[in-house]
Amino acid sequence: MTRKMERNISHGRVSELPLHFMILPALILLLIFSYGPMVGIIIAFQKFVPALGLFGPQKWVGLENYRYLLSLPNTYNVLRNTVIIAFLKIVLSLVVPIAFSLLLNEVKNAHVKKLIQTSVYLPHFLSWVILGGVVIDVLSPSHGIVNKVIKLFGAEPIFFLGDNKWFPITMVLIEVWKEFGFATVVYLASITSIDIQLYEAAIIDGANRLQQTWHVTLPGMRMIIVLMMVLGLGNILNAGFDQVFNLYSPQVYESGDIIDTFVYRIGLVNAQFGVATAVGLFKSVISFVFISVSYYLAYKFADYRIF
Amino acid sequence: MAIKSSKSYSVSMFFIYLLLICAAVACLFPLFHVLAVSFSSAVSVAAGQVLLLPKGFNLNAYDYILKRTAFWRAMGVSVQRVIIGGFINMMLTILAAYPLSKDVKRFRYRTLYIWIFFLTAIFNGGLIPSYMVIRGLNLLDKIWALVLPTAVPVFNIVLLLNFFRQLPMEIEEAAFVDGAGHWTILWRLFVPMSLPAIATIALFSIVNHWNSWFDGLIYMNRPDGYPLQSYLQTIIIQGDLTKVKSAEEWEKLRQISDRTLKASQIFVATIPILLVYPYLQKYFVKGIVLGSVKG
Repeated sequence: MTRKMERNISHGRVSELPLHFMILPALILLLIFSYGPMVGIIIAFQKFVPALGLFGPQKWVGLENYRYLLSLPNTYNVLRNTVIIAFLKIVLSLVVPIAFSLLLNEVKNAHVKKLIQTSVYLPHFLSWVILGGVVIDVLSPSHGIVNKVIKLFGAEPIFFLGDNKWFPITMVLIEVWKEFGFATVVYLASITSIDIQLYEAAIIDGANRLQQTWHVTLPGMRMIIVLMMVLGLGNILNAGFDQVFNLYSPQVYESGDIIDTFVYRIGLVNAQFGVATAVGLFKSVISFVFISVSYYLAYKFADYRIF
Repeated sequence: MAIKSSKSYSVSMFFIYLLLICAAVACLFPLFHVLAVSFSSAVSVAAGQVLLLPKGFNLNAYDYILKRTAFWRAMGVSVQRVIIGGFINMMLTILAAYPLSKDVKRFRYRTLYIWIFFLTAIFNGGLIPSYMVIRGLNLLDKIWALVLPTAVPVFNIVLLLNFFRQLPMEIEEAAFVDGAGHWTILWRLFVPMSLPAIATIALFSIVNHWNSWFDGLIYMNRPDGYPLQSYLQTIIIQGDLTKVKSAEEWEKLRQISDRTLKASQIFVATIPILLVYPYLQKYFVKGIVLGSVKG
């Protein structure tokens, strides 16, 4: 800051007030719609009757909602499904785009590169309602293409969306299919920022393409990979509500019901607001811890500062 | 360049290209398939004869949905929310990013505000409390329930504020010296200089609003309030296919089937995204990169 500016500010000529006014609308909306619900978390400790309203005479029951949850047979399943599906998604969402970007990087023709890139990140921009419709059709055991191919090989058709053995892995693979193109763009961008001279030095040392990739490209991507890995941690309990909700059905609750779909059914369908909020609170707290740790790790290891 | 055995190089390049093309096809094929189904005759579809090209080409499925008022009403709601929601998002993002991009020296409460904003991105009250807030404010069944809860896109604000910080300080200082106030500097200087970033954020916000379906389902009690994706959800996923009104409709329905009807609706809902997609590709790519790398 110049001295003249400092003088202007300290003499009150450049007021900070307009800045406060600029932030005000966003702040108010945040307070109502983001912090407001945080107050609603108290529902987790009440035997909540919706008709009486948020501040009505609700009965406080302490941790009873949690005790009730622990007594339900499904609770363990739901938690297990969530962690398994989320974990697999985090791992594959890391590995597949990195591998794909390395492969795409080998393509020298800019037009082909762009065409492939455009094709693969299209699914990201479609909603799970649309993609759900497409997936249900394509994976159908009776008329879906995938099963037609499977039958051609002489095997029995697989009910991907209805068989507990197949449902979780199907969810993971389809999510990766939808999102890998988007992440590829990020990794490709980081690859292009690697210094060409490093490659030239490697070539002089006699490195072939594979060795170049291992010794130059991957280390050059290290920062962004660590960043994505660490940020992915925060999603440990996010198994993907939008996707699962549109693709699941009661017959796969056993392997496919996740925390968010569980909360939805208990809360909005069965109107057990207290119990549903209790589950939601549990998820929010755990996620908060993981996300905070992940941002801290990103700060420490990848020099990532959000603001 | 490198001296490598051209045979092993071509072989590996062949496999690489093969893999890449398979991936591209895997991403595009399902959509083309659904498109083909939507234009095909019910009979061919049921017989499994439709792959990439329509068989028994007809427009019956499209004819049917284009005449359904429920479909157009839902489309109207979606357009409404995209316009209102998109506008509010952009205004709030720009207005909040500017003060937050200032140093603590120039804006003393900056750190406090940033943490207030950021905390909402890492902790949230949950489904039920959010629902109770909307209900308590009497916003159920109103367009505001679709537009206000997500009105403050914190990650976009962070993106834009990092972008603002990279703008040269001298321009701002010169403006101050000339007597300009914050408001002028924001709208006359920062915004014009940030158009690519703002365009990108606007696009993501619009696509988000277009694709939202869950909020419509839970906050709208009456189906006429459903935005397009929510309406489609009840039809495509829940299979609540038709509320047939007349013998005429029954006859039409016999000629199209479940699958072609769903396929045509899927495709019509995707058209806006497909139209916008090729032109704005460069903005998407820039935005993705912007959002992932520290400013």
